[in-house]
Amino acid sequence: MKAAVIVFPGSNCDTDCFHALRDVMKVPVEFVWHKERNFPKVDLVVIPGGFSYGDYLRTGAIARFSPVMDAVTKHAAGGRSVVGICNGFQILLEAGLLPGAMLRNKTLQFICKHTWIRTEENLTMFTGKMEPGEVLCVPIAHGEGNYYCDDDTLKSLHDHDQVVFRYCSETGEVGEAFNPNGSKDHIAGIVNAKKNVLGMMPHPERASEDLLGSSDGRKIWESLLNVLG
Amino acid sequence: MKFKARVHTSLKKSVLDPQGQTTLHALETMGFKEARSIRIGKYFELVLEAADRKKAEESLHAMCDKLLHNPVIEEYSFEIQEMPL
Repeated sequence: MKAAVIVFPGSNCDTDCFHALRDVMKVPVEFVWHKERNFPKVDLVVIPGGFSYGDYLRTGAIARFSPVMDAVTKHAAGGRSVVGICNGFQILLEAGLLPGAMLRNKTLQFICKHTWIRTEENLTMFTGKMEPGEVLCVPIAHGEGNYYCDDDTLKSLHDHDQVVFRYCSETGEVGEAFNPNGSKDHIAGIVNAKKNVLGMMPHPERASEDLLGSSDGRKIWESLLNVLG
Repeated sequence: MKFKARVHTSLKKSVLDPQGQTTLHALETMGFKEARSIRIGKYFELVLEAADRKKAEESLHAMCDKLLHNPVIEEYSFEIQEMPL
């Protein structure tokens, strides 16, 4: 598996993603600047977290028009993998590669803490290493992670097994008390209909080593390695 | 011709507006019991060149659809006026 991490002005989790892939997972990885029109042929594109373009206008709204996004769209259209984390998820939503949109957290606060997420769908290339319903401890750090979509879209997401992660308790119970940001149906991560594009608010790259308090996020990289070799 | 446009975007009625709700609550706490609802949005002042008003409106719709508003959660409106030469 070869990976690329996209860097926008204002990305700030790019080196964390790079580190998790190269040093922890031993995957060949390179940075790709957002002005690049062609990026090297890779199996996995990671759109990292941060505050691309200072979150001006709306989170991800400007980054979505960066030249590199044409290449990312083609990469995804070709069935290859894309993971968007936090701001990366917001960019994928703005780009229309995933359905829905992000709203300000219900509490209006920026929330930075470890959360528990439940694996709702383990038949994707991102979650193959998890058991059905497996609970992962992965941190969030965002002000706008309140996922929104209309009811028809939500139904379609469920009908097509596209809801991959939902916020839950340590024991896997889903409910208002465990939803940090007010996201619709407690959604923490979704995939597209073809299931090759994942967007998630929690940061697996910040939970890829025991030293960081949790290495549950590694399972996403391991699942990808398992499929992409 | 030059036109000046005032573009407003705001969350759709069906979408919860946490900022608006919190601001309304603050007004109520301050004693403004008459306040009934708040929807917070964005306001853009935009100057553009176009052959005529119709063309200006067309480009504004295109700008709003493509970038200025997110149709999943927001709605927009604008008014335009011709600017003196």
